[in-house]
Amino acid sequence: MNLKLLFGVARSLLFARWKQTLVAAFGVTFSITMFIGLLSFMSGLNNLLDNLIINRTPHIRLYKELLPSDTQPVDLSASYNDHYNFVRSVRPKNDRPEIQNSFAVLNALAADKRVLGAAPKVTTQVFYNVGQVNLTGLINGIDVDAENRLFAFSEYVTSGNFMDLKNIPNSIILGKAGAEKMMAEIGDVIQVTTPSGDRVPLKVVGYFESGIQELDKVQSYASISTCQRLLGESSAYITDIQIKLHDINLAPELAKEYHTLFGAEAVDIQTANAQFETGSSIRTLISYAVGITLLIVAGFGIYNILNMMIYEKMDSIAILKATGFSGSDVNRIFILIALSIGIFGGLLGLLFGFGLSALIDNIPFDTAALPNITTYPISYNPKYYLIGGVFSIITTYLAGYFPSRKASKIDPVIIIRGK
Amino acid sequence: MTKILEAHKITKFFHDPVKIQVLRDVSFSVEKGEFASIIGKSGCGKSTLLYILSTMDTDYDGDLYIDGVMMRNKKEKDLARVRNEKIGFVFQFHYLLNEFSVVRNVMLPGIKLGKYSEEETEHRAMEKLKVLGIAGEALKKPNQLSGGQKQRVAIARALINDPVIIMGDEPTGNLDKKNSEIVFDIFKELSEVYNQSLLIVTHDTEFAARTNRVIEMEDGAIIRMQAR
Repeated sequence: MNLKLLFGVARSLLFARWKQTLVAAFGVTFSITMFIGLLSFMSGLNNLLDNLIINRTPHIRLYKELLPSDTQPVDLSASYNDHYNFVRSVRPKNDRPEIQNSFAVLNALAADKRVLGAAPKVTTQVFYNVGQVNLTGLINGIDVDAENRLFAFSEYVTSGNFMDLKNIPNSIILGKAGAEKMMAEIGDVIQVTTPSGDRVPLKVVGYFESGIQELDKVQSYASISTCQRLLGESSAYITDIQIKLHDINLAPELAKEYHTLFGAEAVDIQTANAQFETGSSIRTLISYAVGITLLIVAGFGIYNILNMMIYEKMDSIAILKATGFSGSDVNRIFILIALSIGIFGGLLGLLFGFGLSALIDNIPFDTAALPNITTYPISYNPKYYLIGGVFSIITTYLAGYFPSRKASKIDPVIIIRGK
Repeated sequence: MTKILEAHKITKFFHDPVKIQVLRDVSFSVEKGEFASIIGKSGCGKSTLLYILSTMDTDYDGDLYIDGVMMRNKKEKDLARVRNEKIGFVFQFHYLLNEFSVVRNVMLPGIKLGKYSEEETEHRAMEKLKVLGIAGEALKKPNQLSGGQKQRVAIARALINDPVIIMGDEPTGNLDKKNSEIVFDIFKELSEVYNQSLLIVTHDTEFAARTNRVIEMEDGAIIRMQAR
């Protein structure tokens, strides 16, 4: 009964100044709209970039690196066990750049339940011969099927058929920028010089675009067997194994395990791409900061309007108190006013925010870097709507809190005698 | 006779800007059905006394009993309840809420009390308006009414919870001769027909002279109390 009465009084005070009320509510609406729009857009972008990295990058990369040996002969000697020893200027030992026992490693990975798949790779440096000029380059010898299944290889082969790499012997897919530099058309044959000095003709079957120009100038893809042949190595010669896991969060742990198990260097995606994680979280932080700033500004608007309303309605408050409304009743009336502005404005804001997201989602976005993206990315994560809704209520409550307290403390005697 | 309101040695100081004693040991009582008035020159403390008696001002020394209950040390919420239930107010200015219709204005303290359902409260409000002869204006907004009509609505509002006492602070101060007369007659009728206790502060000696008892104040103290 009491609450219903307070609602009635709050409502009539609200509608008595409905224009101001509406302005205050639109302040909240605007800020919630922008909050939702901004965060949805930002997180959409983050997801897009993360997916680019996650889709194209192995979760764990196994490779052989020529490093100084961890243990020196003196460490192994029993007679110096309780001594400290310092060995300076340790040089890497000469070793082959391949992963040892690669077939066994691949079989072990295939049997591991945590692993989604593993793709072997052979990388080698070459020179592309263009007339009299030699351009440095890097050929990635890949297992075409595995590469496509695990790392969406086909997505960045923009011209030509990527399967030709497997089906046509001695074929190569060049980076678009590199191909332009060499003026190599699809179907042309280019000459490359291998590290051992042999010249090999390779047929261009396609172009790829990774989104990074410098990379496209240098890198190219061939099948793993073509690459092994270029190097004059056996089919067991593999320099990298790229592993994709079912659960990406296991990567750091498994990388350590594989390092000891297979005796190869293992680097996980979290370590290799730490800067992306940082970038994402900072972008999110900025959008939260902007969104919350907007809300606080809207909160000040509500605060002002409630303060004005209290000055205007001083008489009414005094008489309500004189006729039996307690301070807490008056307090509740003004909190109700603030909250109804917040809830109404907030709901509308959530709705408009969704609309804004949908609008951004439909704006065409063409970029050479991302061939499979046609519109701006948007995330429709309900989390942002929840946060926006809760924040709109909290800010309006806080904005209403002080004016309400002031109203509840109004002394009716002063007002009534003042007339 | 039952004492509706009893003031015992009420003393009050104003502290700002300097300490001034505004009320000195004011003691008196109002009985059931009595129509009393307080008169005195401006600044003699009569309004101050009324606000203490109405529980709105709690900063005083002495004891105050309303309907036999001591008001000292009661919480703000409880005092609000006392005002709601036991006291009806009529001020110099009507203080009606323009956002609500006339009948709704009268109903507000009744709904706040919550003794009757909303329908019943509305019915009672209409009865009160009928008694005061303004039932025809029930659905208008207060700002569409004349000054005299507004004051009658304020009286109806004061009556809605059947208070033990009605307090008035210059209720005719803003009204012309004719409307003052109407308001006085209403008070008189309430006192005589409905046995309603009233305590009215006024500086209109003519008005006061016609009440049951005149309490005259000067310099914060009662100098004369004369029953008619």
